[in-house]
Amino acid sequence: MKEKTMNIKRHNAKQAILTSVLAMVVSLVLGAILLAICGYSPIESYIAIFGSSLGTVKGFALSLSQATPLLFTGMAFAIAYRVRMINTGAEGQLYVGAMAAALVGAYVTGLPSVVHVPLCLLAAALAGGLVAGLVAFLKNRFGANEIILTLMLNEILILFTSYLANGPLKAEGSGVGQTNRIQESAQLFRLIPQTQLTIALLVGIALAVILQLVLNRTAFGYEIQITGYNLLAARTAGINAKRTYLLTFAISGAVAGLGGAAMSLGVNYRFVEGFSASYGFGGISVAALAAYSPVGVILSSFLIGVLKAGAITVNRTTDIPVEFVSVIQVLVIIFVAAPTLIRSLIALPKKLAGRGKQAEVKKEGANS
Amino acid sequence: MELIEMKHITKIYPGTVALDGVDFSLKQGEILSLLGENGAGKTTLMKVLYGMTQPNSGEICYKGEPLRLRSPIDAINKGICMVHQHFMLVPAFSVTDNIVVGAEPHKGIFLDKAKAKREVQELIQQFHFNIDPDILVERLSVGEQQRVEILKALYRKADVIILDEPTAVLTPTEVEELFVILRQLRDSGKSIIIITHKLKETMELADRIVVLRDGRLVADDVRPAEVTTEQLSSLMVGRQVDLQIRRPAKNIGEVCLKVENLTVMDHGQAKVKNVSLEVHAGEILGVAGIEGNGQTQLLEALTGLCQPKSMALTLNGEPLSGACDVFIHHGVGHVPEDRLAMGLVKEMSIKDNLILGYHRQDRFCGKGGMMKQAAIDGYAEKLKEEFLIKTPSVNAPVSSLSGGNQQKVIIARVFSQSPKALIVAHPTRGVDIGAIEYIHQQLIDIRDSGAAILLVSADLDEVRTLSDRIVVLYEGQIVSESMPGELSEVELGLLMTGSKPAGKGETHA
Ligand SMILES: Nc1ncnc2c1ncn2[C@@H]1O[C@H](COP(=O)(O)OP(=O)(O)OP(=O)(O)O)[C@@H](O)[C@H]1O
Ligand SMILES: [Mg+2]
Repeated sequence: MKEKTMNIKRHNAKQAILTSVLAMVVSLVLGAILLAICGYSPIESYIAIFGSSLGTVKGFALSLSQATPLLFTGMAFAIAYRVRMINTGAEGQLYVGAMAAALVGAYVTGLPSVVHVPLCLLAAALAGGLVAGLVAFLKNRFGANEIILTLMLNEILILFTSYLANGPLKAEGSGVGQTNRIQESAQLFRLIPQTQLTIALLVGIALAVILQLVLNRTAFGYEIQITGYNLLAARTAGINAKRTYLLTFAISGAVAGLGGAAMSLGVNYRFVEGFSASYGFGGISVAALAAYSPVGVILSSFLIGVLKAGAITVNRTTDIPVEFVSVIQVLVIIFVAAPTLIRSLIALPKKLAGRGKQAEVKKEGANS
Repeated sequence: MELIEMKHITKIYPGTVALDGVDFSLKQGEILSLLGENGAGKTTLMKVLYGMTQPNSGEICYKGEPLRLRSPIDAINKGICMVHQHFMLVPAFSVTDNIVVGAEPHKGIFLDKAKAKREVQELIQQFHFNIDPDILVERLSVGEQQRVEILKALYRKADVIILDEPTAVLTPTEVEELFVILRQLRDSGKSIIIITHKLKETMELADRIVVLRDGRLVADDVRPAEVTTEQLSSLMVGRQVDLQIRRPAKNIGEVCLKVENLTVMDHGQAKVKNVSLEVHAGEILGVAGIEGNGQTQLLEALTGLCQPKSMALTLNGEPLSGACDVFIHHGVGHVPEDRLAMGLVKEMSIKDNLILGYHRQDRFCGKGGMMKQAAIDGYAEKLKEEFLIKTPSVNAPVSSLSGGNQQKVIIARVFSQSPKALIVAHPTRGVDIGAIEYIHQQLIDIRDSGAAILLVSADLDEVRTLSDRIVVLYEGQIVSESMPGELSEVELGLLMTGSKPAGKGETHA
């Protein structure tokens, strides 16, 4: 009997993965058609996009480093979504996290790397967590809508950090808005020299696994899921929903803040005004692609990272407009967002087979 | 003539054979009652007929012609309509709008509002429905909303109307009104399929009875005149069931749950007015009354779900107040009114639902907040066996259980915590007689083990057989207190509607 349900569970997981993979395939096919219509060879284009981003060490490292910030913001969105809160504030949390990490990295001196780096990460997590925690507090206290709050806070935080980077905290002699370079002891270890691929990726993966365990194995994660699925049942069961909202959203903000730290400590070595290529919002589709599972985000952020790296190579080496890569990206997201579409595609062969079977049954019936 | 014939219908869900080669037929102009235990496959069979789910094999014939139903739209086009247990009406729309939506009459590209209203008005008059077509649905009672659902079906020219447990949410008078309407519809040539767990209703209404057990057809041509309810229940469950046996409390103890001056406000209105109650250990106090007379608010106040305007509550002499966790922690068990909205998380597993509210107990949750998976598995297996929850596995989601088995999950969860006091609301709503008997027995057992039980139920029979004392709630006040047997069903019914039977039952103002 146990086996049977294991099968059901595995069946569901299989279904989810199949949906994402099929979404991918369908988008690639549609992208190929579009490319062909516009007069580009689909095969050559795809070789340009995936050949380097998957086929060379440098390109692969680029894919992974492009994936890293999305890994964090994707997890941030996913975990908040589990209590059915929408964290559209990852962008702002990313910025304060990046600023906090850059400041601790630049102004705290004389520490060994093993202490300095965690300290910077802690600062980033705290900054992001506090900002998100404030939003959840306002939601709990006054019934404010977290989407509107976070969107407004994004503007405020981006402009505020920008002010800091251009004003009081501006690096001496710099022409652009950026803070002082961080100490060597605060720089993240590079997994592959001369690339932007750092240990932040491993931190992110570890965090994804931890978050997944928290969700599935702890009483807190249980309460997150109950509250997310059925608030009234959670309250009836004596679960403090407000506390669950507050903690989960703060965790979400902290994770987004860590994404900012990954950029400050691993890529730019300082806070740079406007550093984010909309990573905060990119996290939303990454999370959706992963069906809001933290571990799933590892895969979905990698996928988007590959496409982003592909876009960079395409831009450098061919005359194919980069927009095509964005189109494929968007197609993947549309298909994942419309799972019924993909599911009916999955069911199609079964249905056809089923019809055959029914016909057989009818024949048998007629014989007897 | 057979209007509908379903042949060898088989439907398999992962792990369950819901229907196993069922043959089913429906004649024109008959009321057919579909009976069976929880999980027997009644709803599934009707969903197949309504195109909501596809069978794995089997075929359907309509007026002798094979019928392929890809979705409910196909069924509606053939004149087959289903009234679901949870109504699908838009509260902010008028009765007329709700009825015509999706099938509106047009004048060119515009909605023909006048025609819609005229047609709805005609329907209402033709069948004596007694509803104002212009009133907003949110202002209708449950019974009236149900009539709107039936009108919706009639407006779509339904020949076959399927009703899935329509009486579970109705008051006794509303049930009578519904039956009058259904008989009228039958006499005008429509065919009606009604699913109910109340054999009394089946006997009163049905022309023919079909019984399912474990996904198989066990009887398909039973005439109410030729059987007794005992025979019917043994057809359904395979043994004799009698729900009318009273088992009075033997050792009633001290006052356990004491409520004084309870007043609950809701949207500026007092829904419960200065109510005081006492429930002794080892006693069941039944609260009878028509829904909407303050039951919900009473229940919420006694479980911590709402903070009343005033209340002095003691449990075994100790004052008790706070949110739900405080109540649960102090041993007040709660079987909530609406199991799917409040009592269960249908997306999660049966196992997870069996510990809901108690999941922080040391036996389920370690020091670091890690859940003890093995302990929970074992516990869930034990409860599944003990409370006869019918499922292939406790890892299956609660949504895959039939209604009665969902209720058993809640009963199992609460009763196995040996609560000091129990707040129980409609414990057997939508539950088959076998399970009702079982749940009643459980209630009696836990009472005899010394728990104080407050039972709120819309089912007067249930209140009368289970309670050791009965109070009647009317417009937020207790208007009568009596011992079982002291007042007749009719007298209680009168009290429930606000009138006073001559000279009986002491009245607290
Ligand atoms: N969506 C589903 N997935 C898996 N199993 C299901 C699903 N729906 C129903 N079942 C199973 O099919 C069987 C028949 O269920 P069905 O809902 O038809 O019973 P029912 O006779 O209507 O019971 P009730 O009186 O409790 O409403 C049950 O064992 C149930 O657990
Ligand atoms: Mg049913």
